[in-house]
Amino acid sequence: MAEILRVEHLQKYFPVPNGMLHAVDDISFTIDSGNTLGVVGESGCGKSTMGRAILRLHEPTGGKVFFQDRDVLAMNAQEMKNLRREMQIIFQDPFASLNPRMTVSEAIAAPLLVQKIYDRRDKAGITRRVKEIMDMAGLAQRLINTYPHELDGGRRQRIGIARALALNPKFVVCDEPVSALDVSIQAQILNLMQDLQDELGLTYLFITHDLSVVKYISNDILVMYLGQMVEKAPSDKLFSKPMHPYTQALLSAIPVPDPDRPMSRITMKGEITSPVNPEKGCRFAKRCPYATEACTQQDMVLTEQEPGHFVTCLRLQRGEI
Amino acid sequence: MSDILLQIKDLSIVYATEDGVVQALTNANLTLRQGETLGLVGETGAGKTTLARGIMRLIPDPPGKIVSGEILFEEKDLLRLSIKEMRKYRGSQISMIFQDPMTSLNPVMTVGDQIREVIVTHHPEMSRQDARKHAEDMLEMVGITATRYNDYPHQFSGGMKQRVVIAIALAGEPRLLIADEPTTALDVTIQAQVLEMIHALKRKSNTAMLLITHDLGVVAQNCDSVAIIYAGEIVEYGTLRQVYKNVLHPYTEGLFGSVPSLESNARRLAAIDGMMPDPTDLPKGCKFVDRCKYATDRCRGEVPRLMEMADGHKVRCFRHESGEVNGNG
Amino acid sequence: MIGLAFFLFLIAIAITTLVIDLATGNEFYRNNVINQDLFGRLQGPSKEHLFGQDEFGRDMLLRMIWAVRYSLFMGSAAVIIGMVCGGVLGAMSGYYGKTVDAVIMRAMDILLAIPSMLLATAIVAALGTSLFNVLLAIAISYIPSFARTVRAAVLTVKDQEFIEAARAIGCHDGEIIFKYIIPNAMAPIIVQATMGLAGAILSIAGLSFLGLGIQPPTPEWGAMLSNARQYIRDAWHVTVIPGLGIMLTILALNLMGDGLRDALDPRLKD
Repeated sequence: MAEILRVEHLQKYFPVPNGMLHAVDDISFTIDSGNTLGVVGESGCGKSTMGRAILRLHEPTGGKVFFQDRDVLAMNAQEMKNLRREMQIIFQDPFASLNPRMTVSEAIAAPLLVQKIYDRRDKAGITRRVKEIMDMAGLAQRLINTYPHELDGGRRQRIGIARALALNPKFVVCDEPVSALDVSIQAQILNLMQDLQDELGLTYLFITHDLSVVKYISNDILVMYLGQMVEKAPSDKLFSKPMHPYTQALLSAIPVPDPDRPMSRITMKGEITSPVNPEKGCRFAKRCPYATEACTQQDMVLTEQEPGHFVTCLRLQRGEI
Repeated sequence: MSDILLQIKDLSIVYATEDGVVQALTNANLTLRQGETLGLVGETGAGKTTLARGIMRLIPDPPGKIVSGEILFEEKDLLRLSIKEMRKYRGSQISMIFQDPMTSLNPVMTVGDQIREVIVTHHPEMSRQDARKHAEDMLEMVGITATRYNDYPHQFSGGMKQRVVIAIALAGEPRLLIADEPTTALDVTIQAQVLEMIHALKRKSNTAMLLITHDLGVVAQNCDSVAIIYAGEIVEYGTLRQVYKNVLHPYTEGLFGSVPSLESNARRLAAIDGMMPDPTDLPKGCKFVDRCKYATDRCRGEVPRLMEMADGHKVRCFRHESGEVNGNG
Repeated sequence: MIGLAFFLFLIAIAITTLVIDLATGNEFYRNNVINQDLFGRLQGPSKEHLFGQDEFGRDMLLRMIWAVRYSLFMGSAAVIIGMVCGGVLGAMSGYYGKTVDAVIMRAMDILLAIPSMLLATAIVAALGTSLFNVLLAIAISYIPSFARTVRAAVLTVKDQEFIEAARAIGCHDGEIIFKYIIPNAMAPIIVQATMGLAGAILSIAGLSFLGLGIQPPTPEWGAMLSNARQYIRDAWHVTVIPGLGIMLTILALNLMGDGLRDALDPRLKD
């Protein structure tokens, strides 16, 4: 399959009162067309910032992003506007991500009008297309003139999906699209996203903190910790043979819904520290049971341990496992 | 049996809203023994929090109202207590942990003093120094060093704040702990730490716990028995093993199907169709009827009762009528 | 509701007087509102003159009615000018932040530091008394409060995800400000405008009272009050009636502002 997105050494720093927040630090990966790359990590690990940096909703501090071999960060405003037809985003919060003053049809029509795909006066054409997209997203047509606050979370998220897909994008960043939803609604939305991917050949960058969801939906999974990438592997591989100590701890913390499978949790010391002015080396070292002095003295390098399985850990590089 | 701590009988709670009367909880029956952990599982608006607040008698009235039922705490009906008597129960006999650690702490009071306040309320005879010492012990117990006694809530991370909340809840040495989604706002590794800690503390003092959550995994790892609640009704109730290994109610079945499994590689989830019914306009018969794949005409017209199977496993569904033990129910 | 009803009543009066003046070519106005009747000086309320007569024997009721138009139109005009200028400044300040924000908001702080009545008096004193100058003086004193309200509203709306969503579909800044931010920031602005109108009417009355606003013989509540104050011992009605008029109008507008605040607050709706 052809590569659709390539990210090289992406960085996004934010100035904060007491220094520089390294939200995304030196992340590199590629996604093949039609695949899903899951990005997991705990709150504050920079996964959402990374998704937004790729779309230039936050201007990256450094690195390169290539979309179908076009340098995204070198584009001017007009080129960027055109590119937005191909790269879209679905947001986490189905309440905050919709303009409360726009009806369902206005929200879905907005991208069509902004991108001048339809003329503003072509009311019939716009309505036809809006209804088509609503069907696709599983929204009943009678809801066309309702406002978001009249709808429940699941339907609102369908509007968010419909808006993102209105422009027929090839690549969609999904930023925790099901985290705010109830379990039964979450399953409906996940199924919908799978169906749409099959139907339209979409490529997803699926950001979530929910490990069962990410396993279910992704081909490859990238694990982030405090802005750094710690591991990337095919979905099955990551779950069957996690290599990085953080990934191992993370996977062991998932509560399994089976009383016969008690958890064998790997204890981590302490809590996530802050990514403001981070020190050199591995940011997980402070909580890592295997950390040695070397871990905090040199910068981490991503190495390919097995085909497609990338890890940043000195232990593996030293061949200790 | 004497080791029964809490027994809820036919508890019904309604809310009178502008759009009509909401049946938040209908004829709920639950039993909790000393030291037992009961998981209450349901989705948004199912009535989980209403039940918890009902036990604490913290239902805002108006618009809420407890219309019928009994809440027997050590055979004493909490609903018949005066406000003053009830206050004695809150905190010392029954305490509650709320979902959001960010908003359940007082931002202008040090965490140590917040714990001490609870201790002083329940042990007025204790001296200032002793109370402080005790509060420091509580902090240590939840894994926070006593040197942080004089820190304010904003100086703590989310997981640490939830520990402080737990320390406050346990400071009065309650017999029953009601935890309303205590880890939903936390990351998975922190969730595991917090749950493990609650579990250890509980075991130490034989506290019973009502754990309210939507996460079937959390229940499997922490609870002894489970009640599944849908649209204000308990639809399935039994021991952890009964409910997880022998799912009876179609809603419970749907919930399990909705959670992506870490083992299987299925491409589609067995999701439940449709959405929660409008609470002001619930179906006449079974509340789940519009989303149920087994629904019959009978389900539409008649409300199934909570039927008890031979092993004590209870379910509210006509499909299991034949397995019902007569005389119970 | 009472506030709204009274406000609509005032608007109706203002429009009626305008229509009468246009239809009669100001003849009715000249004969009944301006024309003096020195025999009826300071007469109390009677059947022919329900509100009595003023120091020049003019009918108080008609003068009160004709005065509505000036207060209302000038107040509205001042508030609208203040709202537009303050709104644009506040929106820029909130949306762009950083230096733009700092410069605009410090300028607003300086304006706010001067008591608004004093500022208006100074402007009118410097530029001379004319309707337009009075209007301008009051409008300027309203800019900072609108700028602040709009800035605060923009700041709360700006960080919502739907703004980011708009950017993700390719909207430029102008579209985002006008289509996404302003409609969501309207509620506090409308409330502020209603409350501001009350203040503006009071300011006009105040300036006229000081002799810097609308000049006699044009009927205006503040000016009426000012001229009448020397007769307060002999004829109560010449001061009480315009005073009550001002008070009721301000009260009605404030009530309406409170009502609007409740009606427009989405937290109370959902």
